[in-house]
Amino acid sequence: MAYLDICDVTLTFKGIAALMGVSFTVEQGTIASLIGPNGAGKTSMLNCISGRYTPDGGASGPCRISLDGECLLSLPAHRRTGLGLSRTFQNIALFKGLSVLDNLMVGRHGKLEYGLLASILYRGKAVRQETLHRRRVEEVIDFLNLSPYRHQHAGRLPYGVRKRVELGRALAAEPKLILLDEPMAGMNLEETEDMARYILDIAEEWGVTVLLVEHDMGVVMDISDKVVVIDFGQKIAEGTPEEVQADAGVVAAYLGTENAAFTGR
Amino acid sequence: MEYYLQLIVNGLVVGGIYSLVALGFVVIYKATKVVNFAQGELVMAGAYVCFALTVQFNIPFLWAFLVTLAFSVLLGLGIERMVLRPLIGEEHISVIMVTVGMSSVLKSLVQLFWGTQIKVYPQVLPTEPVVVAGLPVAPVYIAAFVLSAALFAIFSLFFKYSRTGVAMRATAFDQQAAQSMGIGIKNIFAMSWCIACVVSAVGGVILGNINGINAHLGHLGLKVFPAVILGGLDSLLGAALGGLIIGVLENVCDGAARQLLGLGGVREVAAFIILVVILMIKPYGLFGTREIERV
Repeated sequence: MAYLDICDVTLTFKGIAALMGVSFTVEQGTIASLIGPNGAGKTSMLNCISGRYTPDGGASGPCRISLDGECLLSLPAHRRTGLGLSRTFQNIALFKGLSVLDNLMVGRHGKLEYGLLASILYRGKAVRQETLHRRRVEEVIDFLNLSPYRHQHAGRLPYGVRKRVELGRALAAEPKLILLDEPMAGMNLEETEDMARYILDIAEEWGVTVLLVEHDMGVVMDISDKVVVIDFGQKIAEGTPEEVQADAGVVAAYLGTENAAFTGR
Repeated sequence: MEYYLQLIVNGLVVGGIYSLVALGFVVIYKATKVVNFAQGELVMAGAYVCFALTVQFNIPFLWAFLVTLAFSVLLGLGIERMVLRPLIGEEHISVIMVTVGMSSVLKSLVQLFWGTQIKVYPQVLPTEPVVVAGLPVAPVYIAAFVLSAALFAIFSLFFKYSRTGVAMRATAFDQQAAQSMGIGIKNIFAMSWCIACVVSAVGGVILGNINGINAHLGHLGLKVFPAVILGGLDSLLGAALGGLIIGVLENVCDGAARQLLGLGGVREVAAFIILVVILMIKPYGLFGTREIERV
């Protein structure tokens, strides 16, 4: 079975289908990109994986989303973090009034093994764990060059830095699979290149599997091992960047066909 | 002059209690965005339970107080689980109306069990006044103020440093992101209600020791609104200062009106006049978060 296995996922909102029987797989340690025109269902798919949405089922029989052989669908969103799932959001969702450091420490919340009482008394196990967590967070801060901003409030940082902090928060959870929802949106060329470099390093050095939703086709085609294209809730292509770029259906979805103006597609 | 100093001291004590109750209100509002109109009734519930334990069951005051705290935790858990949780995802106005309804239910329950007569706590602390800075102050006032301040300090540290506290703040900023970081937000909601119930109960017990209690104690909850609007709806520090300021201002206004104009009862309205003025000149309060829409 593939590392991330998504099989026959259907999601509807009051009768309007956002996803219709979408299936694809992602191999461990690779970067896969999910692309498609606006409203195609990309973020809905991420939300199904992360647990914000619950799929209705499959077109034929029950659907399946599993990570490393473990079924995700039976778990509530906050329990999926424990299986190694972590994500960022399309519209930056940082904890604005908390410092960068605290944002990243919250990223490690799922790894805390001491209870409320220990966290109040702050002795023994709590101290040792806190030190360990702090060290891991510092590694993330170094990796993403966030040290100048460590103690600043996340809400006051420039846009590009906030995107990076959000990536850091997701990384702090030590995920096995990281879902990135448009990490390059609104960035300039230099910031985009930095972000692409970070994503490559996350996959290669940290060994994290990446599922990326992104509109910047240059980046997607450069860094992805695999590209999955969806349009109107249906998968229309899956393959290497080269294969997908050559696919007639994909070109039609993005650029339209010659008589698109007349058929409404 | 001494008259006014005395008013200020009394105001600080009452204000300390307002701060405590406001703390509960703010914790709930921050974490769950629920405007809790039953905050005053939580104060009343705590006060009556402690009263029943000490007077009707003859339990020593300190033990009764601890049992009251435990009861408050259970009350908070119960309210969150049975009343609020089924409403997650519903319209804001529905949730607010439920808290209004809950306040009526709690008030009626208290009247059912204990009637509407004023009840007096047994004397716990000595009545002989202590002289502070040249003013005679009742020990119960000092104890009240110290207890409020201590609770505030504890919760400030809890929210600033403990991981659970930080997780609660994180949830207040973004529930979806918090959830994806592995924070169980339902636990956080339950915890908020527990904290709100506990601090309110402490406020209720203190008030009972000072003034005695009756079924209208819940009206105190309304005084929380000027305090939190002044301090800022989502700020703990704001709740502390807002409560103290409202306490002092209403006492001084009342005293001044009594002495200079011969008018009584200004205390009851002073806080709300202040509320209207704040809303006109500083709608986000002293420390509240300004809503800024970025487009």
